[in-house]
Amino acid sequence: MAQGWGLGALINLDHYGHYIQWHVIQISVANLIVIILMVATFVAALFAPFPGRRNRKGTK
Amino acid sequence: MSNAQIERQWTSRLRHRVVEKLPPDRLLPDTQPAYVASWIYVFGVTTMAALGIVILTGVILALDGPQWWHSSSLGHFVNSMHLWSVEIFFFAMVVHLWGKFSMAAWRGGRSLTWVTGAVTFLASILAGFTGYVSQTNFDSQWIATQAKDGINSTGGGAFFNVLNLGQMLMWHIVLLPLAALALTGLHVIMVRVKGVVPPFEDNAEVSA
Amino acid sequence: MTKKPFRPDVDAPEYHGAYVPYDIIKEGAIAFLVVLVLTAALAIVFSSPDEKAVTIKTWSNANTVDFAQTAGDELTATSDVATYGAPYNNNGTSQHWGFLSPEKWVGVRIAVNTTNDFVINPLSDQPAQPQLTAALDQWKSASSATQGAWGAAYTKVEANLTYSNGQVHLPTTAAGPIAVLLSYETQMARSGALDQALIAQNGFYTTNYTKPLLFISDGTYFAGLATKQHLAGDQWGMMNETGQYPGQAWLWLYTFWYQVPPYNTSASGDFLVWGTMMILTALMILLPFIPGLRSIPRRLKIYRIIWREHYAREA
Repeated sequence: MAQGWGLGALINLDHYGHYIQWHVIQISVANLIVIILMVATFVAALFAPFPGRRNRKGTK
Repeated sequence: MSNAQIERQWTSRLRHRVVEKLPPDRLLPDTQPAYVASWIYVFGVTTMAALGIVILTGVILALDGPQWWHSSSLGHFVNSMHLWSVEIFFFAMVVHLWGKFSMAAWRGGRSLTWVTGAVTFLASILAGFTGYVSQTNFDSQWIATQAKDGINSTGGGAFFNVLNLGQMLMWHIVLLPLAALALTGLHVIMVRVKGVVPPFEDNAEVSA
Repeated sequence: MTKKPFRPDVDAPEYHGAYVPYDIIKEGAIAFLVVLVLTAALAIVFSSPDEKAVTIKTWSNANTVDFAQTAGDELTATSDVATYGAPYNNNGTSQHWGFLSPEKWVGVRIAVNTTNDFVINPLSDQPAQPQLTAALDQWKSASSATQGAWGAAYTKVEANLTYSNGQVHLPTTAAGPIAVLLSYETQMARSGALDQALIAQNGFYTTNYTKPLLFISDGTYFAGLATKQHLAGDQWGMMNETGQYPGQAWLWLYTFWYQVPPYNTSASGDFLVWGTMMILTALMILLPFIPGLRSIPRRLKIYRIIWREHYAREA
């Protein structure tokens, strides 16, 4: 669609989407990826070591 | 005018109150408690950074009016940035919400910080919605005609007409950004005034 | 000093530990740059969707019979919008829960008369043509009982409506001027003139598309396009976006209620979903004040992971 500035999409998402159906739940693959990434980010933020703190133990 | 008179002035009283509640080193601190050592703490500032880009790209879209992005490839690109910064905004805000919930960050007189944050989330959903119905394309037609039933059922549809493009656009680019910015500002000031919530302690008896 | 009982989910312990350097401005600047780069990258790689808006012209050319049937429903006041009730008209039962019916209390504030607004008035603004003028005169001078009888005859044969040679045909002689009116309405629609006529009802300038949108939403063509894109209400459509883009994932809970009873079977489903969401939203906002709920994070113990360095130092 948007051409001319070379700013068109590298990956075209303008096709009919894919959907996952499980009992009453229907979700688009795109939304599912977003939600999985959100949970993964949360878990990663909990467990990833936070840099630059250990060596300052007890400083004030 | 005596000194005492000067001290009684509204202006002096307001200044004293502000400086007492929010001295410069608390507004812009250079140290923080050592327990603030987790990646979970970066999602508040990430949300604000995304909000900044949402507003910046929105301002660029506003320059040439609501239909510009349909016909200009530069406009379409700015629209794409607007969309993706909104996705990042909500993404970061939800992770921030989970983190603050996990820390019960309302403890120690910080309940209003939680409340302003939750209300900001609601205002953001409304801002996102009015954006979707202001796109002037098939998406906005469909979302508006679907959403009208829910809002009508509350009686609100009679005043907040989602099929009225002008009204939705005004809410999207004036009223809700003002609300989101004001709420975010209030939220951040409360965090600075009260500080970051201390960890749970098993044998705590004194409250801060 | 008297000790107040310490409430672990309300009060916070006093912190006497160490402080470490913290550059809040640098943190903000880095966050801004990271999000800016990420946003630009996503915009370059994925762009954004922009499906063209549906017009009455595209609709009536793509599915002429659906358009003519819908126009017939608007004329005879049997369409969804014509029988909607508040805030558009008084012809429907409002959504309610027991005696609670804010929709009804508010009343008609965006008046829509589908017969006149969607059919009779646009046709009346057309340049005079003898057959159309006669049909309009016949409709306007008829009693509402006669119009109702024509309408009932139309509804009976509506499913067998056909369109050929620019004319709408109805297999009945009891529908009065309806077939002629629908023929002209359909011609107007297919030429694009009806789009203009509906929009111009607000005067020269307009930013309000309530009427054309309501008209379009009454046909099956519009809903068919949306269903193909998985946007319908019973497809969790509120969360979805056209194409393969992520949509409003944050609406998952609101969308969920529409899929399960009693919400998806009740005629007042919208009102029940909104009521439920308002209660849940209030619970979220007021969480710090609700005993039990506010204890969940202390019992979940996720905080033990977040502050693990702090607890290790303390031990």
